[in-house]
Amino acid sequence: MTRDEPRTLLHIDWTRCDGRGLCTEILPELLTRDDWGFPLAPRHGSDVPVPDRLVDAAVEAVALCPRLALSLLQR
Amino acid sequence: MSVAEATEAAARVAAPTGTARLTSPGSPDLATHLATFGPLPVRAGPAVLLDELRASGLEGRGGAAFPAWRKLAALPARERARGRRAVIVGNAAEGEPQSFKDATLLRVAPHLVIDGLLTVAAAVDAHSVHLYAQSSVLESVSRALAERRDARSIQLREAADSFISGEASAVVSALAGRSPVPQDRTMRLTESGLGGRPTLLNNVETLAHIALISRFGAAWFRSIGTPSDPGTRLVTVGSDGKSSTVLEIAGGSRLGDVLRFAGIDPGSLSAVLVGGYHGAWLPASALEARLDRQDLAVFGAAPGAGILMGLDARHCPLTVAAAIATYLAGESAGRCGPCVNGLPAMAAVLGRLARGDQDPALAAEVRRLAGLVTGRGSCNHPDGTARFVLSTLTVFAEDVAAHQAGRCRKDHS
Repeated sequence: MTRDEPRTLLHIDWTRCDGRGLCTEILPELLTRDDWGFPLAPRHGSDVPVPDRLVDAAVEAVALCPRLALSLLQR
Repeated sequence: MSVAEATEAAARVAAPTGTARLTSPGSPDLATHLATFGPLPVRAGPAVLLDELRASGLEGRGGAAFPAWRKLAALPARERARGRRAVIVGNAAEGEPQSFKDATLLRVAPHLVIDGLLTVAAAVDAHSVHLYAQSSVLESVSRALAERRDARSIQLREAADSFISGEASAVVSALAGRSPVPQDRTMRLTESGLGGRPTLLNNVETLAHIALISRFGAAWFRSIGTPSDPGTRLVTVGSDGKSSTVLEIAGGSRLGDVLRFAGIDPGSLSAVLVGGYHGAWLPASALEARLDRQDLAVFGAAPGAGILMGLDARHCPLTVAAAIATYLAGESAGRCGPCVNGLPAMAAVLGRLARGDQDPALAAEVRRLAGLVTGRGSCNHPDGTARFVLSTLTVFAEDVAAHQAGRCRKDHS
């Protein structure tokens, strides 16, 4: 891991997510939506690195996800 | 039998010398097993087993090829210190339709698998021991378990009948009495698995090799095979239109030789699918390649669970691949949105290409969808399916071009 890589990861539990899309509105810099409305982070899968300046927004996305499909991990 | 007698008896039985190791017993009963391999040696401590496995280079035979010693070493010492003893699971779910080497092993040499389970369980002072196997082998496994007292602790469970039933978190979920589907994981199973306990899953062939390595040692194990794929491995070899057979081969054997040994003429094939439906194709021109990690890496393939499926040169590869992709889409556990939606979409576009739709954008759309599903599920079913589909487009690029030009003359049935 390089020094510049974010230590915080936004983990998507795909077994819970049903693509309501709230997270993509709160974190437009991080997430778009795929063909079916599910959150999509270009070049990342289930664990999306969160830059420091977006950590507060990520915390909000975790709290507001109606499906409780998001969590923050530290690596 | 006393320890001294058992050790002496083991010393009297010579290690198998040929390529038939796991498959050397002439009969699956305990007496034949003991006469062939000798009794299990006196239980070694975890450090000794770990060192021997490390020196052997044994890699997991369930598909992921994780080094056996590292998996054992991954059981966290702090959990043991806290008295949370580990759960050991032998995995013979084998949901892949092209594979039946695990079922064959459990019919031919069930006692080796039991020995392997007991060896690992003793080394880690396990809390409980489970064997997860498909219905077709339950009877032979039960018979073997009933033959010996030391196997009473092993709990036998019928595996779910689905492609993904053998995925580690799906196995743990099934053993816990829940739905046999993959779970979202943020912790390793070796940290928290069945009942929150550290849980160690091994494929049953891996366990059988462990049983032999603990008897005859790492140097014996490595005396067959290549440095990058030591020992023997079980493979299931077939082709479209020809039923499969299970063989025990030296690690790193050449693909063409394995096919010929199974009675398949490599000259009749356009390609071989290596690693099953989550695997990748090797074109007929590459059948001199060895079945080991190094040679296969160029093609994005790996020895995996040892599945080789030849493709008859007369058959349209896109038609065959579209049918497999459609099957895999139907085998989604149905929980993760990108997989539920993406796999059928990808299979449908590949199907249009196979049926002669000349829309020039189809191949690119298959690639885009493959990229879209990869990494976006709780298990690797979307990733494996995408790998297979992308390999199809790459290896059969000429067939794709022929379809787009409306001039594929191969058999589309």
